[in-house]
Amino acid sequence: MRKQRLVLIGNGVAGVRTLEEILRHDAQRYDMTVIGDEPCGNYNRIQLSPVLAGEQTLSDIILNPESWYEKNGIRLIKGVAATGIDRVQRVVTLANGEAVGYDKLIVATGSRPFMLPIPGAQLPGVLGFRDIKDTTAMIEAAAQYKHAVVIGGGLLGLEAAHGLKLRGMEVSVVHLGEWLLNRQLDQQAGRMLEHAMRDHGLQLYLGQTASRLLGDQRVTGVELGDGTVLKADLVVMAAGIVPNDALARAAGLKATQGIVVDDTLKTSDPFIYALGECVNHRGTSYGLVAPLFEMGKVLANQLAGCGKQRYTGTTTSTKLKVTGIDLFSAGDFMGGESYDEIVVSDPKGGIYKKLVLKDDVLVGACLYGDTGEGAWYYQLLREGRNVADMRRDLLSGPRELGDVGTAGASRAAALPMDAEVCGCNGVSKGTIVKAITEHGLFTVEEVKKHTRAGASCGSCTGLVEQILMSTVGSSFQAAPKQKPLCDCTTHTHEDVREAIRNRHLTSLPAVMKALQWRTPDGCPTCRPALNYYLISSWPGEAKDDAQARLVNERMHANIQKDSTFSVIPRMWGGVTSPAELRRIADVAEKYEVRMVKVTGGQRLDLLGVKGSDLPAIWKDLDMPSGMGYSKGLRTVKTCVGKQFCRFGTQDSTGMGIELEKALDRMWAPHKVKLAVSGCPRNCAEAGIKDVGIIAVDSGWELYIGGNGGIKTEVAEFLVKVKTATEVMEYSGAFLQLYREQAHYLERTVHFMQRVGLDYIKQRVLEDEAGRKALWARLQQSLALEPDPWRARDGVDANQFAALPA
Amino acid sequence: MKQFQKICALAEIPQQGARVVNPGGRSQAIALFRTAENQVFALDDHCPHKGGALSHGLVFGGAVACPLHNFKIDLATGSALAPEQGQVPCHAVEVRDGEVWLAL
Repeated sequence: MRKQRLVLIGNGVAGVRTLEEILRHDAQRYDMTVIGDEPCGNYNRIQLSPVLAGEQTLSDIILNPESWYEKNGIRLIKGVAATGIDRVQRVVTLANGEAVGYDKLIVATGSRPFMLPIPGAQLPGVLGFRDIKDTTAMIEAAAQYKHAVVIGGGLLGLEAAHGLKLRGMEVSVVHLGEWLLNRQLDQQAGRMLEHAMRDHGLQLYLGQTASRLLGDQRVTGVELGDGTVLKADLVVMAAGIVPNDALARAAGLKATQGIVVDDTLKTSDPFIYALGECVNHRGTSYGLVAPLFEMGKVLANQLAGCGKQRYTGTTTSTKLKVTGIDLFSAGDFMGGESYDEIVVSDPKGGIYKKLVLKDDVLVGACLYGDTGEGAWYYQLLREGRNVADMRRDLLSGPRELGDVGTAGASRAAALPMDAEVCGCNGVSKGTIVKAITEHGLFTVEEVKKHTRAGASCGSCTGLVEQILMSTVGSSFQAAPKQKPLCDCTTHTHEDVREAIRNRHLTSLPAVMKALQWRTPDGCPTCRPALNYYLISSWPGEAKDDAQARLVNERMHANIQKDSTFSVIPRMWGGVTSPAELRRIADVAEKYEVRMVKVTGGQRLDLLGVKGSDLPAIWKDLDMPSGMGYSKGLRTVKTCVGKQFCRFGTQDSTGMGIELEKALDRMWAPHKVKLAVSGCPRNCAEAGIKDVGIIAVDSGWELYIGGNGGIKTEVAEFLVKVKTATEVMEYSGAFLQLYREQAHYLERTVHFMQRVGLDYIKQRVLEDEAGRKALWARLQQSLALEPDPWRARDGVDANQFAALPA
Repeated sequence: MKQFQKICALAEIPQQGARVVNPGGRSQAIALFRTAENQVFALDDHCPHKGGALSHGLVFGGAVACPLHNFKIDLATGSALAPEQGQVPCHAVEVRDGEVWLAL
């Protein structure tokens, strides 16, 4: 069968990125042809500013050299413009007379600079700032001439002015707006930028128009609206961009200020797609890179036959590539009457931060001078998450930065290259920056794959994101809002759970078939997640798949660095007995256990056990599994309580034991730890547990979502109840809600942050019938769960023993 | 001269799983992997990253992920999957009439 012919018009970032994505999905699907009117492979147009400034060379910014096209079997027609699209015959005609047939066509013709229609605009020496040709012309002019005028004080205009200044020219900027970057900054930040630019030696004419350009052979000057004449040997027009939709328009495609596309990036012709700066999507045209990448992902998904993703628009963020100037803005940063604004302003110190909120949701940010928190604000903005609980700390930035492995430094840009970023895998900032520049990485996921930074505990992800942002500037691509579960699928955790429930799927192959998994049997990320979703959605019905569990949960022991195991029997509420201790001591001696250690969860850990000894040890111990290896109930830590303690107000030990017995054998999205303290002195440290209970004279206080691990999180107060029965019911209902709705590997604190404490209160406190139903569902599903050490049902005995040689 | 020796029945290795064998005269155990499609591969049971026992890993497609740090190894070649780097020694292995034969 003949392969489908896919033709791309426009050899730029958006189009080629799409081809790369398609190749990743399915390299065999299409015969690809790329038509580009520039004489080279695909380069990173965004980096032309650093080239102009002399900070990078042209060869630095090539993204896809011609060898890339060859290697992937793509025909590259370079230096030739497409002149027409015959939609009936499905043929693209070229300036050299050739005709290229297509089955599917992508139009990615980008945009061109808007050249002001003023007298003299045609003169030599008047340029836009768009491609290599313009950049080279500007560099040449700077070597020959003295005076430059840039029309437009937007991002591109300022970058051009900055570059020309560095190349030794006297540069004036004429800007219609009242302040610089008036589409990216509010007035105050714009004023600060203005001072900085003047200090750099730029002449600024704000609130001014250029009315005509003077000169005969070459431009010699610019006359402003008020009659002022500026000397000019070079004029750069940076007054905006216009989508290049002429070709599409001539072919009869629907176009108004850009080629009109739907959410699948299809044009009015079903065989033709378009993306990038040439399109008009829901009435918006984009001139920044992040939206192009998002469009590229969606279009590749569509063209690779997955047909699932939709493009729904992008909240863009801004960063100016002018050395020494840090600014960042995103979203609706202007604010106004119906908004709340949080502002810090220190014009002398060169710091300005404005956060715009609406109904406790961050909707905009404008930062000048200190943009270290930009990536974090951008993420909050895109998530649209309620920030009521952290309003007070919003300005100072995320607490997780600098908590681990960053030696207290909180700003990626200020970190020295040898600073350790990922403490788990020993990855330095230098290694990350090198990987980003050498491999052209744009996403945190890519960095994780190449460097392993953030691949273990994930606590440095925010810092990695910042390093990425400061390294690649505005080509930085924030994580998509709707992240697929893993690379095997385009579906999110929610999609998968919903499908399992609504379509009554009860096995991994059934899920993978129904949701069109891209891999035959998944990967180490999705298999354990799917297995958990199956057994928690259909307890007793879906079969627990041992091969979808990682080693610890398959062997019911915790693997150590030397591939021996640790064995932790359950000690209810941390209470043991002389007989039990004797048995443990006997086992430790009999099996030559290397270390006996008291764990942080008030029990005993036998370390250095050979895998082949596990079944015999379980039998000799004759105790239930402590599940210290599980994504499930670990421990219920207790203090001694009123039975012995002179301050105790309730029987916390008894309460803890009762809870642990009720929740024993509970699998969950991640590990779950509880604690019960007998008085507000809180010796059991209930404030950093998934469920923490603190006894007071009149009853019990329940706290949820605490975490003493990577990032210490203090638990939130949920409710105060009177009886032990209520403690069980409320705790159980919360945990069942977590089991049913959290993403796999999401701790309670992150689940709570995602859905909001109000939602949890509504389900667990306000809805009494719902609470009882949740608690009942948990009990039903636990009743079906065997103790793996005692029953050893479903535990494969073969896995413990080596085969005879 | 290496010779194929019968090790076990195919059914003794779980699908998408592995078993270990300790041949005499060898300090390094060998892991026998069986994929979902019943292909069998034999690799030294030692991850090139930090020496984890690959036999305890999760088998997916034609690869295994090390249980210690999720380092992924291609079963057919013993090479680490990109962007990781590393190599595990491979051994010839065959399935004949439902029996697994390993070259030792």
